[in-house]
Amino acid sequence: MATTDVGWIDAPAKRRPLVDRLHGWVTTVDHKRLGILYVSYGLLFLVIGGIEATILRLQLVRPHNGFVSPQVFNQMFTMHGTTMIFFVAMPLVFGFANYLVPLMIGARDMAFPRLNAFSFWLTAFSGLFLYFSFVGGFGLYGAGTAPDVGWFAYAPLTSKTFSPGHSTDYWTLALLVSGFGSIGTAVNIVATVVSMRCPGMTLGKMPLLVWLNLVMAGLVILAVSPLTAAQLMLLVDRYLGGHFFDTQAGGSAVLWMHFFWVFGHPEVYVLVLPAFAFASEIIPVFSRKAMFGYPVMVAATVAIGFISMSVWAHHMFTVGMTSAGNTFFVLTTMAIAVPTGIKIFNWLATMWGGKIYFKAPMLFCIAFLFQFLLAGLTGVMLSSAPFDWQLGNSYFVVAHFHYVIVGGILFCIFAAFYYWYPKVTGRMYSEALARVHFVLFVIGFHLTFDSMHVPGLLGMPRRIYTYEPGRGWDTWNFVVTVGVAFQAVGVLAFVFNLVLSYVRGRPAGNDPWDAWTLEWSTTSPPPEYNFASVPVVKSRRPLWDLKHPEDPDWKYE
Amino acid sequence: MSTATASAAWELPSRGKVGMFSLFASEAAIFVIFIVAYLFYAGKSISGPTASVLHAPVLLTVCLLASSLTIHRAVAALRRGDVGAFAGFWVATIVLGAVFLGGTALEWRHLIREEGLTIRTNLLGTTYYSLVGLHAFHVTVGVLAMATVALLTAGGHVKREHAARVDLLSLYWHFVDVVWIAVFLVVYVAGR
Repeated sequence: MATTDVGWIDAPAKRRPLVDRLHGWVTTVDHKRLGILYVSYGLLFLVIGGIEATILRLQLVRPHNGFVSPQVFNQMFTMHGTTMIFFVAMPLVFGFANYLVPLMIGARDMAFPRLNAFSFWLTAFSGLFLYFSFVGGFGLYGAGTAPDVGWFAYAPLTSKTFSPGHSTDYWTLALLVSGFGSIGTAVNIVATVVSMRCPGMTLGKMPLLVWLNLVMAGLVILAVSPLTAAQLMLLVDRYLGGHFFDTQAGGSAVLWMHFFWVFGHPEVYVLVLPAFAFASEIIPVFSRKAMFGYPVMVAATVAIGFISMSVWAHHMFTVGMTSAGNTFFVLTTMAIAVPTGIKIFNWLATMWGGKIYFKAPMLFCIAFLFQFLLAGLTGVMLSSAPFDWQLGNSYFVVAHFHYVIVGGILFCIFAAFYYWYPKVTGRMYSEALARVHFVLFVIGFHLTFDSMHVPGLLGMPRRIYTYEPGRGWDTWNFVVTVGVAFQAVGVLAFVFNLVLSYVRGRPAGNDPWDAWTLEWSTTSPPPEYNFASVPVVKSRRPLWDLKHPEDPDWKYE
Repeated sequence: MSTATASAAWELPSRGKVGMFSLFASEAAIFVIFIVAYLFYAGKSISGPTASVLHAPVLLTVCLLASSLTIHRAVAALRRGDVGAFAGFWVATIVLGAVFLGGTALEWRHLIREEGLTIRTNLLGTTYYSLVGLHAFHVTVGVLAMATVALLTAGGHVKREHAARVDLLSLYWHFVDVVWIAVFLVVYVAGR
């Protein structure tokens, strides 16, 4: 036989040139790469939105401060809110769902890979479009004007009369396009979960993360669509001279509020359900116990999904509704605390009697439990209409929802980053740096957001660019801003850890946490095809069954 | 966690259908918002024409509803492998959809020219043209998609094995029909 030079197929290939590799990322339809793109995109905008928040806090650090003009302040709080919800939280949530759902259900990819890529690029370009307004938008104050109508853009402020120029159009179109992207991804997640599960994975054996993301995707479909409709109406008003929200022609400004919050409140649950999903995967693994009350967790999730569609007008108590309307929304809002409370007790019961490992993912989850409980309690306070009349639109409300979004959602997202980092990169992160991040962020979070409740109780309204000294707000505002510094340094440690560990982290192996769901059965990082052979599962913890053939879960489920 | 051996009976719903029905849920939510706006503003215009200028397009409605029947026959024919019958019913569906769009255009022309009702006239104009226009946009998308399939059929590319995919398009068309029933009831029955 002639010895021709064939070479080994799996020999380390020569690194392809950078242009080729970038081209591969742009044209990819692989759910893992799109997941990484979504998450990187979200992280980039997290830094941008964080800088905007820092500008807001520097302006408010002392009374009569002149760090930025009132006009810039308005643009900053509008862009901060819009960015954090639509271009940070949503991409992060979708990124994790994209990466994890097919792996956890033993699938090769999402149901519609090309739709997946299309949705990502819609989201990506709508974010760039929104930020182009800083250069290309012109509004009341001339060239280069970002939107300044607030993240919920109440009518009639968004009409041509009060928002001349194009800055508001940048806001509307960016949200419209990113909404199409969100709906596309949500349709994809639903189809993936319903139609792509590996043999044996009945609905009752799906990992909780998959269940929660299924409900999340359903909520996106039902909640983002009304926002899309409302943005279309606003475009008709602004470009075709329509009167949907034109109070001069009999239109109603309150109708916009309803349409916006029909989206706006379920959106909170769109973001918090994936956070619950991360906690529901991480807490059992680091307590070395199966999840307590799996069926009840699923039922509570579905209940939250339903109830969250009927609570929106608690954002509108101060507008003045009928007493019947007020009563309805008070009761539904209080009711949603029940399934949420069930979840908290289930996580606690999972930890109870377990052998708890205090690694970074678990630390963030434990902090989440405490903080989310407090956030929920201020939520129940605000759900009472008379209390809300007193404190609506004050810094108490701002503190409440940042407690949910930062203290609840962001902490779980950090936990998820550390938990799945070894799977995605194949390398272990630095536990020491992760602890530095945790400690700094907990200190910073509590300095900022605990203190923020107090000026609210003392009557400080949101969205004011400065305030008079001597109202008892000065010290609190100073402390709030000091906390931002701790959080910023914490996030620096986090980003530094991600980058450094990618280069120098020790190889993690397939299953560094001795975990139980399917993504840990493949290599780290997983190959493009995910699983060499289609897995077959018999219980909720397929890897436990594999590791303990003498005592498998399916005997008891 | 072995290779698939006991997986013979493992059947899950078709991802195309699940995706399509998810899309319908989203579209339905969008239409509900427009319908709510229409009903909320019914009779609240402070100037200009009232809803009495609108006349129910019964003939067009019959055309659109009939097209649901023809597309159903078309897909059934393709399932049997009868491409000729498929092409006939398919083109009939496109024609019925196009007639509906043409009729809507004539109706709008009448409203704009004779009744003086445009999208900027008053709340009725804004809500009417938006709601009916949103539906007409969906009809247009459907007609264009069906025309694409018709071109592929003319090129001999549509065969029996594509019945499941063509069926997805027919689902979309049925959905557009159902939305029209809702829009018709809201605009021409409840809204007047």
